[in-house]
Amino acid sequence: MKTTLSTDLHADPVARSPWHVWGWLAAAATAWLFAYQVNGPLSRWVVNDVAGFTPESRLGDAVEFFVFDTTKILLLLAGIIFAVTVLRSFMSVERTRALLGGRREGVGNVAAAGLGVVTPFCSCSAVPAFIGFVAAGVPLGITMSFLIASPMVNEVAIVLLYGLFGWKVAALYVTAGLVVAVVAGWVIGRLRLERWIESFVFETTLRGQPVDASRGLGWSDRLAIAREEVRTIISKIWPYLLAGIGIGAAIHGWVPEGFFVRYAGPDNSLAVPVAVTLGIPLYSNAAGILPLVEALHAKGLAIGTVLAFMMSVVALSVPELVLLRRVLKPRLLAVFVGVVGVGILAVGFLFNLVL
Amino acid sequence: MKIKVLGAGCANCQALEKRTADAVTLLGIQAEIEKVTDYGDIASYGVMSTPALVVDEKVVVAGRVPKVTELQSLLIGARI
Repeated sequence: MKTTLSTDLHADPVARSPWHVWGWLAAAATAWLFAYQVNGPLSRWVVNDVAGFTPESRLGDAVEFFVFDTTKILLLLAGIIFAVTVLRSFMSVERTRALLGGRREGVGNVAAAGLGVVTPFCSCSAVPAFIGFVAAGVPLGITMSFLIASPMVNEVAIVLLYGLFGWKVAALYVTAGLVVAVVAGWVIGRLRLERWIESFVFETTLRGQPVDASRGLGWSDRLAIAREEVRTIISKIWPYLLAGIGIGAAIHGWVPEGFFVRYAGPDNSLAVPVAVTLGIPLYSNAAGILPLVEALHAKGLAIGTVLAFMMSVVALSVPELVLLRRVLKPRLLAVFVGVVGVGILAVGFLFNLVL
Repeated sequence: MKIKVLGAGCANCQALEKRTADAVTLLGIQAEIEKVTDYGDIASYGVMSTPALVVDEKVVVAGRVPKVTELQSLLIGARI
């Protein structure tokens, strides 16, 4: 049995030795940088010279836009998800709970929103995490700040916003997302709605010692986890991404300039609520929807509306609401949707006004 | 040996269940694998990130899906 174990370990390149691990990482980083640098000229060359599309023609531009943007966003996603996952592997939900225990509201909400960004967290764990937080005495409002910030300020959304709109929009999104999480959590805490939490949450006794997922991991484990995360996320979203960028490319080429200024420009006050409502059922397809939205923005859709839409897609999703219903009574769930929704609307209107 | 896989049906939970079954087969040990999907039960183990692995009522992994080889060592370690 011993021999099978050790040979199995040797079959895995990342587990072999630290030198192989760092060599692999350096090679991957170099390949990434090179690919990112040559993407522009290479896309042009492939589309114009190899495939024979006429440069500056409508079709040629659309195809080049598609090839360039798809490659750029896939590269950014792979690089950022990898780096973020390695960094996050030093944190854990258990450590976050320990940090939040005994915090006062206000300071606690800010800490919870910040920790929501850096803690490795899958929204599929929202229910056990909620129970774990509340049963251990973390106040409801602080728990909510964590649960709002975690999906809202996520690396896929940030990469897409950065890749498609530039760093200013991405930074605005992160700041606004944190503010919404802090304020919405604080409001929910102030409303004193603990009686609308399902009673089994308080009856749960936490037996045994919680296992800290971040403990006992070596560098090779962290890199392996990150590699796996990149593969999982990209294999899940690439069809949506391709479809979204494809349709976006078509809009860039064929929809007249300023088309949406009339319908969804900064002056149309209905655009933001409509965008937020549309975002709720569009869960996890942010990768497909955002390239489309970018194309609409290029034709006149206001930036506040874009940000509000993105927030609604990731922070108010039907599957997450279904999960939260397990621990929140319907009234509290409605308050949650209402408070977060109002926060997102405010972000949309504010940015449409000032930008 | 009683093994429990905690998780409410996410993709990672299914992966952990499959890898655990593989590890048990590879080790050739007698073990009973049970799926725990009830959120109250999951939380009662003190687990806040799924999937998690419980061996003889002790949580050995939470919040990640280890490779089969690591699961093998974990199961051996839990038996001693």
